[in-house]
Amino acid sequence: MNHDAYPDNYIRGILNGVKSIAMVGASPVNVRPSYFAFKYLAQRGYDMIPVNPGHVGKLLLGKPFVASLLDIDRPIDMVEIFRNSSHIMPVVDEALRLSLLPKVIWMQLGARDDDAAAKAEAAGLKVVMNRCPKIEYGRLSSEISWMGVNSRTLSSKRAPLPTQGMRLSLDRTSVGGGETAASDRAAKNKSELS
Amino acid sequence: MTDRLPGFSTLAVHAGAQPDPTTGARVTPIYQTTSFVFNDADHAASLFGLQAFGNIYTRIGNPTNAVLEERVAALEGGTAGLAVASGHAAQVVVLQQLLRPGDEFIAARKLYGGSINQFTHAFKSFGWNVVWADPDDIGSFERAVTPHTKAIFIESIANPGGSITDIEAISAVARKAAVPLIADNTLATPYLIRPIDHGADIVVHSLTKFLAGHGNSIGGIIVDAGTFDWSRDNKYPMLSEPRPEYHGIKLHETFGNFAFAIACRVLGLRDLGPALSPFNAFLILTGIETLPLRMQRHCENAKAIAEYLSGHSAVTSVSYAGLPSDKYNNLARKYSPKGAGAVFTFSLRGGYDAGVNLVSNLKLFSHLANVGDTRSLVIHPASTTHSQLDDAAKVKSGAAPDVVRLSIGIEDKEDLVADLEQALGA
Repeated sequence: MNHDAYPDNYIRGILNGVKSIAMVGASPVNVRPSYFAFKYLAQRGYDMIPVNPGHVGKLLLGKPFVASLLDIDRPIDMVEIFRNSSHIMPVVDEALRLSLLPKVIWMQLGARDDDAAAKAEAAGLKVVMNRCPKIEYGRLSSEISWMGVNSRTLSSKRAPLPTQGMRLSLDRTSVGGGETAASDRAAKNKSELS
Repeated sequence: MTDRLPGFSTLAVHAGAQPDPTTGARVTPIYQTTSFVFNDADHAASLFGLQAFGNIYTRIGNPTNAVLEERVAALEGGTAGLAVASGHAAQVVVLQQLLRPGDEFIAARKLYGGSINQFTHAFKSFGWNVVWADPDDIGSFERAVTPHTKAIFIESIANPGGSITDIEAISAVARKAAVPLIADNTLATPYLIRPIDHGADIVVHSLTKFLAGHGNSIGGIIVDAGTFDWSRDNKYPMLSEPRPEYHGIKLHETFGNFAFAIACRVLGLRDLGPALSPFNAFLILTGIETLPLRMQRHCENAKAIAEYLSGHSAVTSVSYAGLPSDKYNNLARKYSPKGAGAVFTFSLRGGYDAGVNLVSNLKLFSHLANVGDTRSLVIHPASTTHSQLDDAAKVKSGAAPDVVRLSIGIEDKEDLVADLEQALGA
C-alpha cells in the first residue's frame, strides 16, 4: 500500500467493513480531538471501545475504559491509535498478540510509523496512517462538505437517502475530486522534519 | 493505484455539487433559509460544540454557500473554503484570525485601491498596522519583517496595472519569517494562477469579479491551503490556544489542515457577521461553471486590445504583462502561461483630461468601478477608485493621472477596437 495517497475505495472499504473499533488514547475530556472522533464514530453505529490506562473505572459516552487491547472481551475489527508516532509500535505489537487479530490498524492524523505499518501488513492487516476516520467518513459521505471542506470527491449520482436524521451514507458513488497537493506536501515535509 | 485526478474544467462544473439526495435536483438549490432544525438536543449540542458537521444558521454556514466554498477550494487546490459577503469581508476575517492590536502585516504596495484604503484607515483603527513593501523589490519585504509581523499580503496579478507578482520569491520571505503568505487571486482566478502551488498559505478572492463573472453579485471567499503550521509557536493564539468561545477547543489540533478555514468561520464569520446570501452563492456558482471558457476569451481579447493600443499615437504606454515588451512578461510566462489576465492600464498623451474625455466618449465600454465582467469596462482610477490617495501614492500604486484602466470583456474584439478607435479620435 502506498501510504502517501490512499484510494478512496480503500478507505471506504475499511470504514464500511469494520464494526468494532478500539480507540487507544481516547480522552474523556470533551474538547479533545479523540473525544470528537469517538463520539462521531459512536453516533455512526460503530461499537466503540475506549482504551486508556489512565482512565480505567470511568465511562466514555457510556462505554467503560479498558487499560489495554488485551483487556477487551470481544473481537475488535479495527485499532485506532490516537498517540504520537513514537508510541505506535508498542500498540501494534500488542494488537498482534491478540488471539483474534484485528483487520485494520489506523493511525490518527499526524501519526505515522512505517516500520509498525510494515509489521502489521506482514501479518495480513490493513493499515492507514496519518488520517482521521471522522474526517474520512465525513469526506466520503460528503457530510464534511457542509463545512466548506474540499472532500476531493465528485459525483453525478443521487446519494443514498440519509438515515437517522441527516446521517449520510458512505455508500456514495464518487470519483476522486482533485488534489490538495500543497497540503500533502506540507504534511510530508513536517513528518520528515520531526 | 491512486484515484485519477479530474481536470480544472471538470472541477469548475462539478466540485462541491451533487444531486440533492431527497429531491434529485441536479443544479444546486438555493437554500434560502436562515436556520436549520436539529434532530434532537444532543445533535444541537454537538453542532454548537463543533463536534459534528452540519448546518445551524446561515450566518455561520449554508448548504448553497458550502457548495461554492468546496468548488473554489478544489479549483485553488486548497483544503477548505469560506464564502463571505465581499472580498473586503474576506480580508477582515482573515486578518482577524492572525493579528492582535499592535501587530503588523506587510502588504505589497500595488493593490486594489479599496484594499489600500481598508489597510491604511479601517485596519489602523483596529490596531492592525500595515507596512508597505514594493513587489518589484523582494528585499523590501525582507527589510519590513519585524517581531510583530504576522502575515504578508500580495495580489497575484496586481490591480490596476496588471503586473505579475513573484509569488515564490515572496513566499520564501514569508517562510523565513514563519508567517503565512496571503494571496489575493481575484484578477488571475485559479484558471490562470494557483498561488498555493507557488507557496501561498491563504488565498482570498473578490468573487464579484471573474469567478462570478457576470457583474451581478458581490461576494468574497477565503481558501485555506492547509500548508501553515499554526502551532509551531504561540504566535497565532486563535488557532493554537484553547478558545474560550468553544469551551477550550484548540482549533488547529482539532481540525488539522483545514483549521484556518474553520477559525475564519467559527471565530470570524460567526462573530463579525459578513455572511453571503445563498442567492448570491447560487449566481456565483453558475458563473464559475464557465470560468475556463470565459478566461480564455477574456485573455485573448485583452491581448488583442493591448496590442492595438500599443500602436496608437494617443497612447504613451500600455502596461499589460502579456505583451512581449512588458517588464512583467517573464513573470507572466512563468506564473500565468495561459494568459496575463484581462485587466490592465494604459497612459494617454493628453494626461488627466484625456482620461476623463476617453471614458465619456466610449459607447460599448461601461464607465464603472468594477472589473471582471462579461462586459468591457473602463475607469479613470485617478478620478475614481484611487482618488482618495495623494499624488505620490497614486503613482506608486500604478494610478497616475494619465492612466486609464480597462477590464476587457468577452465581446467580439473587433467591436471593442472600433469603440476605442472612435473614442480616442473624438
